[in-house]
Formats: sequence, C-alpha cells, structure tokens
Amino acid sequence: MTASEEVRLHISGLRKIYGLGTSSEFEAVKRLDFDLHAGEFACLVGPSGSGKTTLLKMIAGLMDPTEGEVVLNGKRVDGPPEGMAVVLQEYARSLFPWMTVEKNVELPLRVAGLDKATREERIAEALGAVGLEAARKKFPWQLSGGMQQRVAIARAVATHPSVMLMDEPFAAVDAQTRGELEDLVRRVWRQLDMTILFVTHDIDESVFLGDRVVVLSMAPTVVQDDIKIDLPLEREQLGTHALPRFAELRKHVYEQVQFAKTNPGGIHSSTDERRRTV
Amino acid sequence: MRTLRQIAIWVALPIILIILWWALTARGASFFVPQPAGLFSKFIDVWMGERLLTDVLPSLGRLAVGLVISTIVGIGLGVLIGSVRWVRWLLEPLLEFLRAIPSTIMIPVLLLLIGINDTMKVVVIVLGCLWPILLNTIEGVRSLDEVLKNTADIYRFKGWPRLVFVTLPGASPLILAGIRQSIAVGLILLVVSEMFAATDGIGYLIMNFQNRVAIPEMWSGIVLLGILGVMLSAGFQLIEKRILRWYYGLKEAANDS
Ligand SMILES: Nc1ncnc2c1ncn2[C@@H]1O[C@H](COP(=O)(O)OP(=O)(O)OP(=O)(O)O)[C@@H](O)[C@H]1O
Ligand SMILES: [Mg+2]
Repeated sequence: MTASEEVRLHISGLRKIYGLGTSSEFEAVKRLDFDLHAGEFACLVGPSGSGKTTLLKMIAGLMDPTEGEVVLNGKRVDGPPEGMAVVLQEYARSLFPWMTVEKNVELPLRVAGLDKATREERIAEALGAVGLEAARKKFPWQLSGGMQQRVAIARAVATHPSVMLMDEPFAAVDAQTRGELEDLVRRVWRQLDMTILFVTHDIDESVFLGDRVVVLSMAPTVVQDDIKIDLPLEREQLGTHALPRFAELRKHVYEQVQFAKTNPGGIHSSTDERRRTV
Repeated sequence: MRTLRQIAIWVALPIILIILWWALTARGASFFVPQPAGLFSKFIDVWMGERLLTDVLPSLGRLAVGLVISTIVGIGLGVLIGSVRWVRWLLEPLLEFLRAIPSTIMIPVLLLLIGINDTMKVVVIVLGCLWPILLNTIEGVRSLDEVLKNTADIYRFKGWPRLVFVTLPGASPLILAGIRQSIAVGLILLVVSEMFAATDGIGYLIMNFQNRVAIPEMWSGIVLLGILGVMLSAGFQLIEKRILRWYYGLKEAANDS
C-alpha cells in the first residue's frame, strides 16, 4: 500500500500557548504546517518537551489550538472526530479496569451503534491481529505491559479508523516486545489501509516504521525537517535494520534531532535546503 | 485457608467475651446488668415472636426505604455535581453548611412539619445517610483517572453510555464505601427517630422497656441492634466484594509489581 495524493489530515498554522493571558504564559507550539496523505505512515520525532503530545492532543480534538486549524477528511476538528483513534502513551491507564479485554475492545463499537454480529467480527479480527484471542475474558490488570499495549492497539484498530494517532506507544516495553509490536503496527497499517501518525523519541523506531519522518524543533515548536524514508515496503527487524540505506537515514534523522535539541523554532539548520534529498 | 482463619477470628473474640461476661456475672450481679443465659432466653421471648412482624419488620422497612432514597438521590446529585463544574461551584458552600447540621436536630422540626409517621422517620434517615453517599460520589466522579476520561472523549462516549460504562464504574469503589457508612449511620438514626415519636419499632420498644424498668428486655433490644448491625454490614460486604472484584484485583496487581 502506498500513500495516495488525497489529503487525509491537514494541519495549518497550528499554534499553542499554554496559560494564555496569565503570568505563566508558555508558547509550546509556534507554528506547524503539514499534511498527511491517505495511507501514509508518518513518524514524529523531537526532543523531550518539544510539544509532540501537545500537537497530538490538538489533532485528536482533546485540546483547542490557540491559532490555526486541523482538518480531517475536509472537516475542521473541534472535538474528538469520527474516524480517528488514538493510542495514548499511558496505555495501561487507558484500559477500563472494570471490563474484560473483549469488553474494552467492544465498547467503542457499541457506543458507535454497531450491531452485535459486526462487533463480534471486529473484536475477533482486532484481537486476532494482535494475537490476543486467548486473553479475551481476562481483565487488563491480569496482563503484562506488552499485552495491555496490544489491547489498546486492538481497541483502536477495531474501530477501523481512517487515521490513527499513537503517542510514544512503545516507550515502556522491553526491546523484544517492542520489535514485535513494531511489526504488528506495520502489519495492521497495511491490512486496514489507515493513515498513521506515530510519535516516538526513538530514532531507529521512526526510520524502521515510517515512510516519512517529521522532526520537530524545541519549543516554541516548528517543523525542523521532513524526511522521506525510501526503504522497501516489506520490512522486518533484522534485515531492514541491516540495510546500508537504513544507516544513512538514521544518521540523518539523528543529526536533525541533535540540532533540534539546541534550537527552538525559527532557526534553520544548515541541511534545511537539502530537505527530502538526503 | 485465609477465609477460615478470618472466620475463626470473627467468632473467637465474641465467644471469649461471652465466657468472660458469664464468669463475671455467674454469682449474681447488679439488677441492671444482665446474665448471658437469662438474656438469651429473654431475647428469644421478646423478639422471636409476634414482635418480629409488628416491630422489627417496620423498623427494617424504614431503614431500607431511607437507604434506597439516599442512594438514588446521593448518586444522582453526586454525578451531577461531580461532573459539572459550575454546579459544583454553586452548590459547594451550601453543601458544607447543610452537612454540618446533625440530622437528629431536625427531628423536632420534622415532627412539626410532617407529624408522627413513617415519612418523618424516613426523612431523618435520608438527611443523615445522604451525605456519605453524595460526597463520596462527587469525589469518585471527580477523581476518575484523566487518561480514562481522555479515552472516553477519544471514542466519543457521551450521555447515558458514558455514565453507565465509565463514570459510575469508575466511581463505584467510593460510592460503595459511602453506602457502607450510610448503613451504619442509618441504623443509629432509625433508632433515634423511633425513640422520639413512634408507636412501634425497635427504638420505640427499647424506650418503652426502659420506662417500664423492664431491664432484661431493654438489653435484649440492644443485642438485637448489634446483631442487625453486624448482619447488614456483612451482607453488604458480600455485595461489595462481587461488584468490586475488578477493583480488588487491580489493587492486588498494583501491589505485586
Ligand atoms: N498543561 C500545560 N500547561 C503548561 N505547559 C504545558 C502543559 N502541557 C505541556 N506543557 C509544556 O509544553 C511543552 C511541550 O509539552 P509536551 O508534553 O507536548 O512535550 P512532548 O514533546 O510530548 O515531550 P515528551 O517527549 O517528554 O513526552 C513542555 O515544555 C511542557 O512543559
Ligand atoms: Mg509526550
């Protein structure tokens, strides 16, 4: 599956000032403009505190921007929009502890008004994709961290979102599980024809997963760089990581992130003119 | 195994105390202090006959109605106040003031307003039992995990489904703790309201025995209240354990890691 030219998510002039009008005013996001095309898998990297979560919350309609707008499928976002699912960083706390795994996955479908048969189908499909059919009747707190994360992903995937946002979803799982989850996300992305915006601070992960990496600057945040990842569509942990092209791309993203760490929005790196032509 | 030991502890201490009591009063005691064996037979005589229907049942009925009303009103108002900020802002000072008024003090007023009847007793019970449930519900609704709230927003849960699947279950540990407190408060208020103005009921009979200097009968009434208290709280704990199975499991899992 490749990205088409159809714009799925349009972000223009997005700005966020926390505590506007108070003495502790803080400009977290200065100005962000970028588009996500249908079917694209974009990774968002940036130093800690660069406003990645802030951006995601604005896109998800959980927080109003100070200026600018987010447009999803041609409609301006002014609250959590239909057709979008979000996997939060605190996945363990995002599962309802009073419901079993299958009920957690079912609830958004039920609230959306899908009939019983369709719900069953979606649950089976989503839990199958993340390899958790056996844990259907368990409660979230009976599962390991990696399993909980997979439930959160299954819940998002089951809604068949056209756009899925993920905020550092694998930051807290061990390396082995992380590799498995990365493969999993690539697989469901290709299966379900989604557009994904994936926040991470792990450079390897961004290059491995995305077909595009957007690097953010320090706050006040702007887009520092936007890199096309021209690795093959079929990726797997060992082979892909060993490609010479992988190493080149990783080096480039690394340099950009290093530069971003010391530079707030507005200052441009020397490689800026070389954007997309690494 | 653990439950067995718990039961043993539950049973052992009362038995030891009864033996002590028996030993201390065996050679006769003050007129006002009952002996275990005598009290036991009195208890059967006084309460296990007709009075079960004419006095115990009406008392329990008032308590039940009072508790059910308190629970419905407490949860309903609590959810509203807990989830709508301006309502909370508006009502909080008023609630603080009302809560500070002991509901027993309202008995004389209610006697004048309502008269000597069941309604008045239920109102006294509700005035006292409402607070633990109301305040705990407000707290429970407010303290719902921010991430769960975000999740509910993301999947566009609104109105009734949000209430039933997210808000109430999330607040249920605190709500049930409030109800448990209310049961204890309710029993006390029941008896007090019946002492003031009644023609039947456990509280009424205890006062009546005391007036007639029927000391062993009076004590048997106190024993009955004790037993009722224990049975109600044990019964409620069973319900609580069932509803909050997830909560205990969650806490245990959090402690293990
Ligand atoms: N509610 C808030 N009020 C004031 N400032 C905030 C608030 N939330 C975040 N900030 C500030 O905005 C900046 C961006 O925060 P944000 O959480 O978006 O960063 P991030 O890129 O997600 O960081 P991390 O990688 O550590 O998760 C930070 O400097 C933070 O201190
Ligand atoms: Mg963050």
